[in-house]
Amino acid sequence: MARLRGDWTVLGLLRHAGALAADLPALRADATLQWDLSAVSRLDTAGALLLWRAWSGQPPPLAGTRPEHRALFDLLAAGPAPRRARRVDATASEKPAVNALQASFVGLATHLLAVTALAGQLLLDALTLMRHPGAIPWRELSANVYRTGTQALGITALVGFLVGITLSYLTARQLQNYGADIFVINILGLSIPRELGPLLAAIIVAGRSGSSMTAQLGVMRVTQELDALSVLGISHTLRLVLPKVLALAVALPLVVVWTSAVMLGGGMLAAQAELGIDPLRFVQGLPAAVPIANLLLGWTKAVLFGGLIALLACHFGLRIEPNTESLGAGVTQSVVVSITAVIVVDAIFAVAFSNVGL
Amino acid sequence: MDGGAAERPASAVAAPPALIEVRGLLTVMAGTVIHRDLDLDVREGEMLALIGGSGSGKTTLLRMLLGLEVPAAGTIKVFGHPLGRCARIDLECVRHRWGVLFQQGALFTALTVFDNVALPLRELKSLDPGMIETLVMMKLTQVGLRPEDGAKMPSELSGGMIKRVALARALILDPQLLFLDEPTAGLDPDSSKQFVALIRALRRELRLTVVMVTHDVDTLLALADRVAVLADRHLIAVDELAKVARLPHPFVSNFFMGHLQRCEGQGLAGFRATLDEAGGPA
Ligand SMILES: Nc1ncnc2c1ncn2[C@@H]1O[C@H](COP(=O)(O)OP(=O)(O)O)[C@@H](O)[C@H]1O
Ligand SMILES: [Mg+2]
Repeated sequence: MARLRGDWTVLGLLRHAGALAADLPALRADATLQWDLSAVSRLDTAGALLLWRAWSGQPPPLAGTRPEHRALFDLLAAGPAPRRARRVDATASEKPAVNALQASFVGLATHLLAVTALAGQLLLDALTLMRHPGAIPWRELSANVYRTGTQALGITALVGFLVGITLSYLTARQLQNYGADIFVINILGLSIPRELGPLLAAIIVAGRSGSSMTAQLGVMRVTQELDALSVLGISHTLRLVLPKVLALAVALPLVVVWTSAVMLGGGMLAAQAELGIDPLRFVQGLPAAVPIANLLLGWTKAVLFGGLIALLACHFGLRIEPNTESLGAGVTQSVVVSITAVIVVDAIFAVAFSNVGL
Repeated sequence: MDGGAAERPASAVAAPPALIEVRGLLTVMAGTVIHRDLDLDVREGEMLALIGGSGSGKTTLLRMLLGLEVPAAGTIKVFGHPLGRCARIDLECVRHRWGVLFQQGALFTALTVFDNVALPLRELKSLDPGMIETLVMMKLTQVGLRPEDGAKMPSELSGGMIKRVALARALILDPQLLFLDEPTAGLDPDSSKQFVALIRALRRELRLTVVMVTHDVDTLLALADRVAVLADRHLIAVDELAKVARLPHPFVSNFFMGHLQRCEGQGLAGFRATLDEAGGPA
């Protein structure tokens, strides 16, 4: 007779799992042995399953099982429903040979296609607005310029100022070695308006406004606000996406001017401290050091970056499915992809315009 | 006006024209067939309730009727215009003639109650602000909200108030066709009763045709003229409440268990009368 005592519950068994796994099958090996469960104070599904497994699904002669325990064994005897994969992945079942690399290329291609389609739709919407200027969503536009531009002035100024100081200090040390102090104006004047200002502002704005745009659209999906707009016949692209893209394309160049100016200011102060260059001289030296083409190039990039960040943010926002996991993943993806895209486009510009303004 | 016209058995008069016509609908979501060969007519002036088990595809069918999802096959005509294939201008007309009450209200969280209700009017671009204000305030009163509620944000509202605001927004263009997705789900019994009474009253006033998804027997008994039962991927019955309730189908008998008496002539009329009295004039 095998007599079981005590709590056979998932918590009670945790401590003895190893010993039981060894003992129970050994006991079960004797097919005629009677098992007495009457002294078991509590038995839960996990405990019953442990026994059931030890018995390999064939209960031995049982003595004194209580009805509630019997019910558990009957449940196990009936067998659980087979587990089903949550989702049948059509592509995976058709082509098991598709490897991860191919899958990521397919993913990239779908995203590219969708972004292109979205950009095309925006173009059509812009044409519609040109024909019906009354329908231009001025309120949304100005609200977006305020949110993405005005409210970003503080953080971009802080970061720009610090980067300007750092850059100026580092170059000043090197220049001092060659006695070429005055060239700090040229180096800062060349790099900041053309490269660092636009890039830094774009990256900060992508993190700040890109994520909030994606999250906003995602939450609107979750709360069915997007559906409510569709049902009213209000186009998502015209009312939600276009104002964001236009607003950021307008706001980012302005933020870039601001960031570049503050960066140069930081650089100017550091140059005074380190090299003793008079701020007035620094300012007077700038026009000669900054070819006008560089300013134009910086602004062109800023317009492009702004549009691109907002476009990608909206693309990822509209793809969010109504669940929290998708929302988080969408926002992350949006920020990562838009910052990457900004850097890639910047590199393309650097190569394409390598003989302009340098 | 008495509510008799809406509750007269549909067979007693020549069937009114169909506002919604669904033929051979096939819906596939993520590789799973949800509806197959589904046909449905919604006649002018009626209140059609859509019932079915959880996950049977009621919400999906409603989204199809709204053009929010595209069918894999089959046609859906609303006001005679095929959805999805009609010209933009036709679709616009359709959208001005229907109103939708989403399950969670789907109010625009960035806008005040007033702006939410005013939005469909502002979209028309032809009304002056004074007129919009009057219309919105009228509608807010009609759904039982106070004027000062107009300045609130959606996050400051109770569940019952959200539904009322959403209903006001759905009705602001005085549509002919109203869609309700689980109008009383998530409301406490008292708010639920009031809301049902409100819908009954509004329906009489505005001569609405209503399509409603519900899983609440009381809501169904209070409102529905005809009931469509969604099971096994199609509509197993579309008929008057009393007839559907006696259908020998496991889902149907479960759904109406203990409520059969209330679905028939006397019981039903009595129930509706008490509701109208309790709700009072909206
Ligand atoms: N966007 C979607 N993607 C994949 N499956 C979906 C989607 N929407 C609904 N479904 C599936 O369709 C079925 C019907 O859903 P639904 O219409 O919400 O049911 P009901 O409203 O009747 O409870 C469910 O099995 C659900 O999993
Ligand atoms: Mg549903």
